[in-house]
Amino acid sequence: MIGVGRLGRLILIGFPFLWLGLFFLFPLLIVVKISLAHSAIGIPPYTPLLTNHDGALTFHATLANFALLTRDDLYLRAYLGSLGNAALATTLCLLLGYPIAHAIARASGAWRQTLLFLVVLPFWTSFLIRVYAWIAILQPNGLLNRLLLAVGLIDAPLPLLNNAFSVELGLVYSYLPFMVLPIYGSVSALDQSLIEAAADLGARPWRQFLAVTLPLSLPGIAAGCFLVFVPAVGEFVIPDLLGGPNTLMIGKVLWDEFFENHDWPVAAAVAVVLVAALAAPILFAQRLLDREPAA
Amino acid sequence: MIRSGGAAAFRIGSLALGFTFLYAPIALLAIYSFNASRLVAVWAGFSTRWYGVLGADDQFRNAAATSLEVAAKAASLALVVGTFAGFAMARFTRFHGRRVFSFAMLAPLVVPEIILGLSLLLFFVACAALIGWPPGRGVMTITIAHATFGASFVAVLVRAQLAGFDRSLEEAALDLGARPWIVLARVTLPGIRPALISGWLLAFTLSLDDLVVASFVTGPSATTLPMAVFSSVRLGVSPEVNALATLFLCAVFVLVALAFWLMARQERQRERGG
Repeated sequence: MIGVGRLGRLILIGFPFLWLGLFFLFPLLIVVKISLAHSAIGIPPYTPLLTNHDGALTFHATLANFALLTRDDLYLRAYLGSLGNAALATTLCLLLGYPIAHAIARASGAWRQTLLFLVVLPFWTSFLIRVYAWIAILQPNGLLNRLLLAVGLIDAPLPLLNNAFSVELGLVYSYLPFMVLPIYGSVSALDQSLIEAAADLGARPWRQFLAVTLPLSLPGIAAGCFLVFVPAVGEFVIPDLLGGPNTLMIGKVLWDEFFENHDWPVAAAVAVVLVAALAAPILFAQRLLDREPAA
Repeated sequence: MIRSGGAAAFRIGSLALGFTFLYAPIALLAIYSFNASRLVAVWAGFSTRWYGVLGADDQFRNAAATSLEVAAKAASLALVVGTFAGFAMARFTRFHGRRVFSFAMLAPLVVPEIILGLSLLLFFVACAALIGWPPGRGVMTITIAHATFGASFVAVLVRAQLAGFDRSLEEAALDLGARPWIVLARVTLPGIRPALISGWLLAFTLSLDDLVVASFVTGPSATTLPMAVFSSVRLGVSPEVNALATLFLCAVFVLVALAFWLMARQERQRERGG
């Protein structure tokens, strides 16, 4: 940077690096450390890794917590449940979000700003409140069941809440804006003359879409899929409020290990495996975010 | 572009469907906050009694005060850290550790919040055992946690705005003899003001909204609004929570509309300038 010397450069890079290193990177390492500890009754509820007996340092790492994760199939089913739910939610968000993003990108100036605002707004409003809103709609004597009964479509209330359906609905509802925004970005940045050229060459609208628009919006699709998938896998609020006894998602398992069982080492082990499972998509999403924004 | 009737109808249809899906639950929630009945799904006439009940509820009022205090402090801290980070990412493309740096800055945007919460709690506990800091968990630890992920959001906004910033303005000021730090304060920072304002607002609303991270890093002394709402919601729907949610949504709507208007204005200025 012009004029800002070595000191300025050092401060600009060093200060945020120190902050995030201390409060983000270092804590991740501590999670790994505690996942190797034994759980204990006390404060904090785990044993130290290194102890000093009369000057002899001993190292007490254990893989017992990870062994537990493989022994009890609750954890495996929860991981698979999370991955499956998140993958389905990502697909549904894409199918629902693409037409919305495409339509916004094709809208005229003032409309486009308003529609974009309406997509961004729920993204900023309370996640918890938006999930909560569905409980009143889906519960057995809720708004949707009352409506369906009143119209005569059903004779008895449908089980809409606390099952796989409500969790999936909650995921799609909460994460839809994360899909729409990046796709909108790709589609609106697309060079219109390419589509006109395809039209001039005789391509019908569907063919124009498949041959030009869709391939050129792939970066937006990829970004949207990762922004939905990664947080959805670790989701806790939605399975807790909308899920039932059969909903197994790893975010909720981790929460219960920590807050109900007070087993910090097992919670840490669950977190380590979750981060490892998500490492590839997290790195990919971070790469997408790191690309220099167009000037 | 050739416009066909079918395609236009499909576009309007998908917009209508999409926005109904996004907004109907929120609208119903707001409407039923004015329901006279305690039963959330049975309409029994218009009433504002739940707003009265809410106003008299100390638990929610205290939690709201805690949340606002945390959000204001966290957003301000995030603004400082995030602006530095945004500058570093936009202006220095090559330095040792650039990879690790940008990972540390951007990964908090995508790492599940349950991981952020657990890792920070374990960090605070380990630190307290080792060096006696932090002295207790509460407002301060939540503030640090929220400032950390808020900083990542601020950094992304600042970096994007700096990428579109006309460097010749800075060069001109330097040529005219201004010192670098004066240029920063008088030229660069005012130039990226919309990113700074919307970054602060985003960090503020994210902090106000966070349940998971705050639940992990707090202690017995501090309960934030989402934590109070969550423990009440776990017991079932209540019209009082509907009233609270409606007030919250209105406040957020105003803040976001403000931030959005600022960003749109900036974009128009840039289009005119470029």
